Amino acid sequence: MATFLGLDYPSLWFLVVGGLFSGYAILDGFDLGAGALHLFLKKEQSRRLALNAVGPVWDGNEVWLVIGGGALFAGFPPVYATLLSSMYIPFILFLVLIIFRAISIEFRSKEPMAWWRRMWDISYSASSIGIAVLLGIVLGNVLLGFPLGENYNISGHWLQFLNPYALMVGLSTLALFSMHGAIYLTMKTEGRLFVKINLLLRRATIFFVVSFGITTLYTLLYIPHLSDRFKQSPILFIIPLVAFLSIANIPRLVSQKRYRMAFFFSSLTVAVLLGLVAIELYPVLLLSNIAPEYSLDIYKAAASEKSLGIMLLIAAIGAPLVLSYTAFVFYTFKGKVHLDEHSY
Amino acid sequence: MDVEILSRIQFALTVAFHYIYPPLSIGLGFIMVFMEGRYLWTKNKIYHDMARFWTRIFALTFGIGVATGIVMEFEFGTNWATYSRYVGDVFGSALAAEGIFAFALESGFLGILLFGWNRVSPRVHFIATLGVWLGSMFSAVWIVVANSWQQTPAGFHIVGEGMDARAEITDFWAMVFNPSSIDRLTHVWIGAFLAGAFLVMSVHAWYLLKNKHVLLSKKAFTIALIVASAASLAQLLTGHHSAEGVADNQPAKLAALEGHFDSLAAADMYIMGWVNKEDKKVTGIGIPGGLSFLLHGDFDTPVIGLDAFPEEDRPSAVNAVFQFYHLMVAIGMTMIGLTLLSLFFLIRGKLFQQRWLLWIFVWAVFLPQIANQAGWFAAEMGRQPWVVYGLLRTSDALSDAVTANQVWFSLILFTVVYTILFSLFLYLLNKKIKAGPYHHTDDDHSRIQEERIKAISQA
Ligand code: HDD
Ligand code: HEM
Ligand code: HEM
Repeated sequence: MATFLGLDYPSLWFLVVGGLFSGYAILDGFDLGAGALHLFLKKEQSRRLALNAVGPVWDGNEVWLVIGGGALFAGFPPVYATLLSSMYIPFILFLVLIIFRAISIEFRSKEPMAWWRRMWDISYSASSIGIAVLLGIVLGNVLLGFPLGENYNISGHWLQFLNPYALMVGLSTLALFSMHGAIYLTMKTEGRLFVKINLLLRRATIFFVVSFGITTLYTLLYIPHLSDRFKQSPILFIIPLVAFLSIANIPRLVSQKRYRMAFFFSSLTVAVLLGLVAIELYPVLLLSNIAPEYSLDIYKAAASEKSLGIMLLIAAIGAPLVLSYTAFVFYTFKGKVHLDEHSY
Repeated sequence: MDVEILSRIQFALTVAFHYIYPPLSIGLGFIMVFMEGRYLWTKNKIYHDMARFWTRIFALTFGIGVATGIVMEFEFGTNWATYSRYVGDVFGSALAAEGIFAFALESGFLGILLFGWNRVSPRVHFIATLGVWLGSMFSAVWIVVANSWQQTPAGFHIVGEGMDARAEITDFWAMVFNPSSIDRLTHVWIGAFLAGAFLVMSVHAWYLLKNKHVLLSKKAFTIALIVASAASLAQLLTGHHSAEGVADNQPAKLAALEGHFDSLAAADMYIMGWVNKEDKKVTGIGIPGGLSFLLHGDFDTPVIGLDAFPEEDRPSAVNAVFQFYHLMVAIGMTMIGLTLLSLFFLIRGKLFQQRWLLWIFVWAVFLPQIANQAGWFAAEMGRQPWVVYGLLRTSDALSDAVTANQVWFSLILFTVVYTILFSLFLYLLNKKIKAGPYHHTDDDHSRIQEERIKAISQA
């Protein structure tokens, strides 16, 4: 099997997909979080400022989802097909919410009427919350495993995705994004709004720490297979430790008013938590809780070596381009938000 | 109704709705590049105002295009799981490349295009507009390549059997340049230019009729008319090439396009008609032996007809395929006539006095939209019963895990959401057009005055 830097192609592509989803969670995470907090801001001017803080970048952030989805499809077609078709309802709801979120941002400021703006504010915030929770629910189910049988057959009830564990992961995701989004907004705002957001940030942090603690306990107690890998190689405990330290670091940096560093660490937290998930799963992508031989691991699910080779080349050419114009856009809109006649 | 038909309806609905917007974005993007380029070149503020105005409308079409595009990417997995496993190796790379090369470019620069007017220099802004437009052109490349591969597969082999059968890529470039890619890509691009150009002409024709923003509208109309004239002629050429390709690669589809059944007879070409599947006859007006002539240079050469294929291998909705195809061609011809006539008036310097013609242009915005939709319906329904031509049947491509009730749920949901979306789109589009190219700032007020004075002094 062809390798590169000592890793075989399916493992490399596993890293690519993981990297893309982490990038998505970090980037869209903050604008979803800002959306989740939107209704807590009461004044029209505050809401407009908060919306325009994510205005120029949210669409670019969402593209990471599009690329990540494409990368999963391309690299592990059976995983993509089985995951999406067995979680039909959550994904359809997710898509509808994505639509509503996009048009809420787009349409809100097109009319001056208070009811119009209020309607889109609610739709923006509700869809942001819904998307964050649904993403968490999907993740929770992936962690739990599926009733996956022969020939990619899924048994079980269509409402099975709504189990308590998945809901708990959903809630933690929402909390994480809210905190992350609040930190982003502190970097973008000033004056009274800034003070208000600081307050929200404090509450979001508490919300996150509590829900994350419960989820972790739940995992350790009831879903032992997820910690197997750590018990086998204790050195890996470094990673949850990093996660813990980086979470603990956030309130410290916030109290010192070092918001950029806090944002860096909340991004790191998102990445490390997904890294944990990756380690718990690897090399399995879809775990069968009927019989282990039906699980889809990266080798069974990978596209052909030829195809993976081509795509690694595409990714190697594309990644620097994507990163460079992402950086350029963030640079152009750096600093505090100011409204002008082109704003939302 | 079963999962198959429901999923087909849902896919057709969501993709057709998506396809209202990308052609507008691609076409408007092209014209905005043109306008901003003129501004950099001439330093005439009027081109700047024009570009800024169209950017606002572009933002609307683009936003809805993005929101509706994500649906289809995921629908491959939710509704067509077997298909996704089958084609993933080949098709996935095109989709991934689309994301990396096209969407990231577009959405990266979009922020600057929409919000950067006061933040970056006109030159940088021009580059951002160019970036967004090129990104939208690229999105068309990959997705049309993927779809063309389904129509005329190349550069792959089949491995595995039964549920595990799938296509594996053997030659990337043969996959990209499969026999129909180039013809169909150029045809789709030009169809998009037409969609954008006719929208620009429609709006400015309306301003001219209402005697508003006259100077700006004349200039903008002229730019769009030039694009539209060239594009409608080119569309005939690329469409003709496509038809030749269909004759070579998908004979059953070609036969359906003209409703031709009898393989021993010469094939006619119709201007309009009605296909009766039971009698295997077309009633209509056309050129007897016309298709034979186009393909073989001779009115009497027989052309393979639908009866050469077993019942289960031919498209079932022959009449629909025929109608969609003929609608598209008829509209193509109408647009050629319309643009050439206007060009003639333009050169004589009398275009803007022809109020009747301007009224036609106000409504002609629907022509390219209808032709674009009709073209896709003809191409996709003509491909049936295959999802991947000759290899995988649509009925085998479904998701086993999904039940009819679930698809009912999503289909109804999408129908409701898209209805709302479409109404809002029309409402806001109308509002933006009514508001006109100028903001209510002092600078803009003085320029409106300026324009009025110029218009009067020229009259
Ligand atoms: C790369 C893939 C791809 C692309 C670019 C398109 N389609 Fe397609 N289309 C499919 C892939 C596909 C498919 C997934 O393969 C379907 C689903 C069921 C089927 O038979 O083919 C399909 C079906 C399908 C049908 C239903 C045909 C039937 O069931 O009889 C219609 C009307 C369209 N499409 C229309 C369009 C339009 C308006 C497009 C322009 C944007 C378009 N398609 C682009
Ligand atoms: C089934 C087929 C298709 C899929 C899966 C698909 C997928 C997508 C996705 C995911 C997006 C959003 C990207 C973002 O977040 O920025 C999008 C937008 C877009 N798509 Fe499609 N698309 C399809 C068909 C087409 C076709 C045929 C064209 C070609 C003309 C096209 C051109 C575009 C463009 C230009 C955009 C940017 C938004 C806009 O301009 O409105 N798409 N598409
Ligand atoms: C003027 C004469 C025209 C001819 C002879 C023509 C011919 C064709 C043919 C043969 C196809 C099917 C290709 C295939 O299945 O592979 C097609 C598809 C299509 N046509 Fe046309 N066309 C014409 C005008 C137009 C116009 C004016 C538009 C839009 C403004 C348009 C938009 C499309 C689209 C979007 C498709 C589907 C994509 C594709 O398959 O290429 N066509 N056309």
